[in-house]
Amino acid sequence: MRFAMSSMGIERWKRFKANRRGFYSLWIFLGLFGLSLFAELISNDKPLLISYGGGLYLPMATSYTEKAFGGEFSTAADYRDPAVQSLIKAKGWILWPPIRFSYNTMNYDLPSPAPSPPTLINPLGTDEKGRDILAILIYGFRLSVIFGLTLSILSSMVGVAVGAVQGYYGGKIDILGQRFIEIWSGMPTLFLLIILSSVVQPNFWWLLLITLLFGWMSLVGLVRAEFLRARNFEYVQAAKALGVSNSRIIFRHILPNAMVASLTFLPFILGGSITTLTTLDFLGFGLPVGSPSLGDLLSQGKNNLQAPWIGISTFIVIAGVLSLLVFIGEAVRDAFDPRRAYK
Amino acid sequence: MGETLLEVKNLKKYFRVAAGTLHAVDDVSFTIDQGHTLGIVGESGCGKTTLGRTILRLIEPTSGEMVFGGKDLRKLGTREMRYMRREMQIIFQDPYSSLNPRKPIAETIEEPILLAGLIPDTDKRFMRVLELMDTVGLAERLINTYPHELDGGRRQRVGIARALAMNPKFIVCDEPVSSLDVSIQAQILNLMKTIQRDTGVTYLFITHDLSVVNHFSDDIAVMYLGRLVEKAPAEALFQEPLHPYTEALLSAIPVPRIHNRRERILLKGELTSPINPEPVCRFAARCTKCMDICTKEEPPLIEARPKHFVACHLHKAMVS
Repeated sequence: MRFAMSSMGIERWKRFKANRRGFYSLWIFLGLFGLSLFAELISNDKPLLISYGGGLYLPMATSYTEKAFGGEFSTAADYRDPAVQSLIKAKGWILWPPIRFSYNTMNYDLPSPAPSPPTLINPLGTDEKGRDILAILIYGFRLSVIFGLTLSILSSMVGVAVGAVQGYYGGKIDILGQRFIEIWSGMPTLFLLIILSSVVQPNFWWLLLITLLFGWMSLVGLVRAEFLRARNFEYVQAAKALGVSNSRIIFRHILPNAMVASLTFLPFILGGSITTLTTLDFLGFGLPVGSPSLGDLLSQGKNNLQAPWIGISTFIVIAGVLSLLVFIGEAVRDAFDPRRAYK
Repeated sequence: MGETLLEVKNLKKYFRVAAGTLHAVDDVSFTIDQGHTLGIVGESGCGKTTLGRTILRLIEPTSGEMVFGGKDLRKLGTREMRYMRREMQIIFQDPYSSLNPRKPIAETIEEPILLAGLIPDTDKRFMRVLELMDTVGLAERLINTYPHELDGGRRQRVGIARALAMNPKFIVCDEPVSSLDVSIQAQILNLMKTIQRDTGVTYLFITHDLSVVNHFSDDIAVMYLGRLVEKAPAEALFQEPLHPYTEALLSAIPVPRIHNRRERILLKGELTSPINPEPVCRFAARCTKCMDICTKEEPPLIEARPKHFVACHLHKAMVS
C-alpha cells in the first residue's frame, strides 16, 4: 500500500544509519567497489590520452601501431617502451593513469630480481613474475567482489526458494528435500572441483556454476526453519482464511518475516563466496593462470616468505573486505528488525 | 432470519499421532440460522478450535459435510473455495500472533479487499479501509502503526476489521476475547454485537467462558472430548442443564452475591484420552451420576426437550 511502504523504508534506512560503523563500512565498500569498476582508468599499461602532432589519441579504445607515432614497426605500440615514449614526447605529450601497470603487465626494468620490493614505480612491489602488486590487488578485488556478489545472490535465491517450499508445504516434500540436501552436501566439493577442472579449463563462469551447484544449501535450513515456524502462525492462518494464494502467502507474508535472518546472513555469504574463490585460487584450481587473483597472490606470498610485501598487502585487502562486509551485515540486521530498541 | 446458513453434518477430524488416532472432532452435527449466534463451549483440548477451523477448511476434515448457503464446502475446488472464503471469516484468539508483525495495520485490513479486486482504485480502497477502521473504533491516526505498537484490544479490533472487510455472512470467532482484560472484553463483545445488529452477520462463537457465551449467544453447544454433549437455546441451557457435564460447568460460574450458597459440582479426575476412545460415554469416568450402561454404550444425541439436544443415558428422546 503506497501510504505505508515509503515510511517503512525510511525507518529501515534510519535504523541502518544509526549503526555508524556499518553505515561507514557500506560507503567505504561501495566507494572501493565503485572505484575498482573503473580499474582500467586507474591502473593500466596504456596511457589515458596522447597528444601527438596536434591530434588526440585514445590508446585504451583503439589500438595504434608504432608507425602512427613515427616508429619503425607496424606492430601495436608498446607505450612503456622508452623509445616509443620519446617519439611521442617529441611532438606532444602523454597522460598516464596513476598506476602505469595493468594486472598482467610485467615490469622488465626491475632494480632487483622479481619479486622485487616496493619502489616508487611499483608502490607495493612486484610478484614473482614481475607484475605490479597494487594493480593485481585492484583488479583482483573487483573480480572477487563481482564473483562473490553473483554467487551470493544466485545461491540465496535458490536456497530461499527451496527452503520456503520445504518449510511451507512440509510433509513429504520437506522430508525428501532434507534427505537430498544431506546427500548433496555430503559430496566432497573440493575433489569434484579438482576432477572437473581437469576436464574443463575453469573460467569465471565455470567456477560460478560449480560453486553454486554445491553452495546453495547455506540458507535452506534457515529459511525452512522460519517457514516451518511461521506457517502455523495465526496471521498465516488468517491469510489462508482470506483466500490468499499459497505463493502470495510465501512471498508477501512469511518471506518478509523470514528475511531478517537471511539478510543478516547475506554479507556473510558474500564474504564466504569471496573466501571460496580465494581458496580455490590459492590451491591452483581456480581462475586460469594470468587472472588477477587474490588467492594466487596469497600462494605466491606463501612461496616467497623472503618477500613479505606480497603476503602482507594481500592479507590486508582480504581481511579489510571481509571486515567491512561483517560490519555492513550487522547494520542490515539492525535495519530489518523493528522490535530492536533504538540506541 | 430463521433461514439456515450453515449445516454441519457428522463432521469428523481425526489426527494420526504416534499413539493412535486422536479424535479431535467426532461426529459433530449442528445448524446455525442466518443472523444467529451459536456458542461452542468446552474446556481446553475438547476440539473447539479444531471444529472452527475445520468448518472453514483451514484444516481438512476427515469426513462429514459442511453445507454453507446450500453448497457443500468439501466439494468445492480450490478456486471456488477461495471465492467462498469472502463469505466466511475467522477472528482469532491471540491478537498478538494473528496480525503480520511486518505490515502496518492498514495494509492488513486492505489485503482482503485488494485480493478480491473489488475496489481497483487506490484512493477508494483507502477510504474503505478508513471506513472499516471507523466501524471497529480505531482512530484514523493509527493507520500506519504496526501491530506491536498497539494494545491487545486495538489489535483485536484490527482482526475484526480484517474479518469484516469483505462483508462476510459468517464469522468463526475463536475465543476472540479470552486473551484480553475483562474491561476490554466487554468493549469487544459489545462491538461484535453491534456489528451483528447492523450487518446481520452470523457468528460461531467459540469460548471456554460460560458467562461470555450467555451474554452473546442464541444457542449454546457444549463440547466434551470432540463430541457435542448438549445443545440448546441459551436460556434453556442455563435454566435446565440436562447433561451432568453442563451442570458442573454452570455450577462453576462465579455469582456476585455474598451469601451465595449454591453448591458446586467438583469434577474429579482428568480428561479421558482422546486417542482411540472406547465406544462408551466419554464423560463416564468423571460423571457423578454414572450408571452401568454409561460404560457400555455411547449415548446418542437426542432431542430431550423441544430444541434441547443432549447425549446422556439419563434422558430419553421426546415422544413426538
